[in-house]
Amino acid sequence: MKNLIGLLLVAGIVVLSACVTINVYFPAAAAEKAADKFIDEVWQLKGEQASPQTNVPKEPK
Amino acid sequence: MKKLLLSLLLLPLLAFAAADLEISTPAIAALKSSMQARHEQLSVHFTSGAVGLTRDGLIAIHDANVVPIKDRQAVNSLVAADNNDRNALYREIAIANGHPEWEAELRSTYAGRWVIKAQSGWWYQDGSGWVKK
Repeated sequence: MKNLIGLLLVAGIVVLSACVTINVYFPAAAAEKAADKFIDEVWQLKGEQASPQTNVPKEPK
Repeated sequence: MKKLLLSLLLLPLLAFAAADLEISTPAIAALKSSMQARHEQLSVHFTSGAVGLTRDGLIAIHDANVVPIKDRQAVNSLVAADNNDRNALYREIAIANGHPEWEAELRSTYAGRWVIKAQSGWWYQDGSGWVKK
């Protein structure tokens, strides 16, 4: 039992440090997506795009 | 014990969800509507080539000669005001996402996306200078 708890602790530390690593890097793809949405709204580009994005799921608020 | 293991396995999903960028704070929304309103006056100047998009995510005068002299000061003011909003935008998005150090990367991401979304005929800067899209 003690071994299992030790194993879980190590696994937990590994997983948590992986999370930290993910968040330290700049999320380039997410930034581009957010930038496109922002620019569409500032420049009122909705409906003028060549490919209408009607099938894209709404982002959670 | 199984529950604990399961929740440990699910943790990376939380981190993944956090990878979405927050752009809906009141400060960012205010910048958006201010830039939206200003764009109604600026768009003619993008079209005429008076104003263009810079490499650092801002805008600048590209050719003042296409603007009547009496209007030039107004265009300069529009450009300056928009650049204030743009600088604030990159800073606010970085802060809203808990990473003020992302400001420079956000700026260069936006610089690229403004150009991609620009209408053909608008001017933008690449590595070597002004280019007409």
